[in-house]
Amino acid sequence: MARVQLFDVAIARSGDKGDGSNVGVKARTPALYEFLRENLTTAVVKEHFKEICFGDVKRYELPNLQVLNFILEDSLGGGGTETLIMDAQGKVHSLAMLHMEMDIPDELLA
Amino acid sequence: MSQDKTVLIANGQGFWGDSLLGPLRLVEEGPLDYLTLDYLAEVTMSIMQKQKLRNPSAGYATDFVEMLRQILPTCQKKGIKVIANAGGVNPKGCLEAIQAVVKELGMTGIKIGIVEGDDILDQLPELMASGEKFKNLDNGEAVDTILDKMSSANVYIGAKPIVDALAQGADIVVTGRSTDPSLVVAPLIYEFGWSMDDFDKLAAGTVMGHILECGAQCTGGNYNDWRNVPNFARIGYPVVEAKADGTFVVTKHEGTGGLVNIDTVTSQLMYELGDPVNYLGPDCTSDFTTIKLEQDGENRVRVSGVKGSAPTPTYKVSMSYEDGYKIVGQLTYTGPDAIEKANLGAEILFERVGMYGKPIPEEDRFIELFGTNVCYKGIVKQDQPPSEVMLRVGAKSHDKNLLNILARELAPLITSGPVGVTGFAAGRPRPTEIVGYWPALIDKTKVSTRVLVEEV
Repeated sequence: MARVQLFDVAIARSGDKGDGSNVGVKARTPALYEFLRENLTTAVVKEHFKEICFGDVKRYELPNLQVLNFILEDSLGGGGTETLIMDAQGKVHSLAMLHMEMDIPDELLA
Repeated sequence: MSQDKTVLIANGQGFWGDSLLGPLRLVEEGPLDYLTLDYLAEVTMSIMQKQKLRNPSAGYATDFVEMLRQILPTCQKKGIKVIANAGGVNPKGCLEAIQAVVKELGMTGIKIGIVEGDDILDQLPELMASGEKFKNLDNGEAVDTILDKMSSANVYIGAKPIVDALAQGADIVVTGRSTDPSLVVAPLIYEFGWSMDDFDKLAAGTVMGHILECGAQCTGGNYNDWRNVPNFARIGYPVVEAKADGTFVVTKHEGTGGLVNIDTVTSQLMYELGDPVNYLGPDCTSDFTTIKLEQDGENRVRVSGVKGSAPTPTYKVSMSYEDGYKIVGQLTYTGPDAIEKANLGAEILFERVGMYGKPIPEEDRFIELFGTNVCYKGIVKQDQPPSEVMLRVGAKSHDKNLLNILARELAPLITSGPVGVTGFAAGRPRPTEIVGYWPALIDKTKVSTRVLVEEV
């Protein structure tokens, strides 16, 4: 096991969806996708974003693209046009996600 | 039709305000059949309605017309057709402006088509009388609460009227609020003769449109492994090579900067994605879990396998309404004790605003200390107190004057507050209107689009 940030095992992109955001996470290998599918749960993501996301976290799976797509409800301080926060459209929720640290089996990091 | 026929489609404008270099370089630096351009966001229509109220011939993307002035001679020479949702709330006004530009350039034989019928603001009373509810898609609220404040209402229309304009020989097609993918799906239907109920093909076109719709966001822009992206300054905007069977290759012009690989394309597929199995559009429902991507040589990604199904019986409607005003100003506080002093500055500001007679309620106040990891709140820890923070302070209110008082009292904090304030170069902030967004649905049978094609 090695403690790494998700930067090492995935890429991500995010954008606004109403007063929430979506964060797509693409695993760098099929094996890492399976690992993240098991371990990057909605509960883990909700805890990670607890000071940003005040609504539910939903997750969709796209195994064909090695992608997990998360919806972070109520995470933009009122939504794209009304909010005053700097990251009004959740543009960097992607990088916020990839700051997460996780214990990853060594064989998946090779 | 030959199975070998390839249609080249590019997108040179990812949003209203994207680089002018995108479309210019796309038509100059390589072969192309169709140039599509996306100008509209939710808020855009509301801004354009206001422009049209002041001037009946305004209300469309004027920078589109200016851009056309620069590319039209090349487009005519190479036979490149242009499709853009630049018509805003006044496609006819846009048509007249384009006609004027074509004449000024001394060109002839250019056919310009417009698509109208998406703007339903004036028809709302009849539509509601006929049973349309326009309930808020996000929270189910009744539309009554915003009816008297509504500033725009537009239906996201599909590809069909654009296809009709192309069939009538249009070289340029301008629409109001069509969906971004429709701009791309339409030329595919027209060129390959796809049927409107061949949902797998329409879904493939929709996926193509989703990949293209943000311009260079699929060719290396906003991509995690940014160090691997060569020559950002000359980044190539995306070009697809489309085939009649619905498969296509995402690429960019030879010799341009940027990067097209499975990761850059996947990144864009993830952008603003909701439920991937039910990606709703006006012409079909697309299943993003069926997309297959393969690297097909350098800077080439092949897309295949896309499945689709019949669309829903409703169109999405985008409504906007006036919801008061907001303001944010900024001052930089330097250390020591930057955070403490910035918070005190904001506290003084709100107290002084109240001394004019009307305090801003706590819940309408906004304070953000940029430099304290606000974008990564609770995620990235701060070990050392920052030696500088930017105080972003503001409020929301229906009383514009109250926000003007706040704006006026910001700069005085430099000379009559705690030490170490700088960075007021941006000047006094101004209140801006809050545009509320109201997504809803409408029965498709209630919407009729019109196509008009005129030759200059």
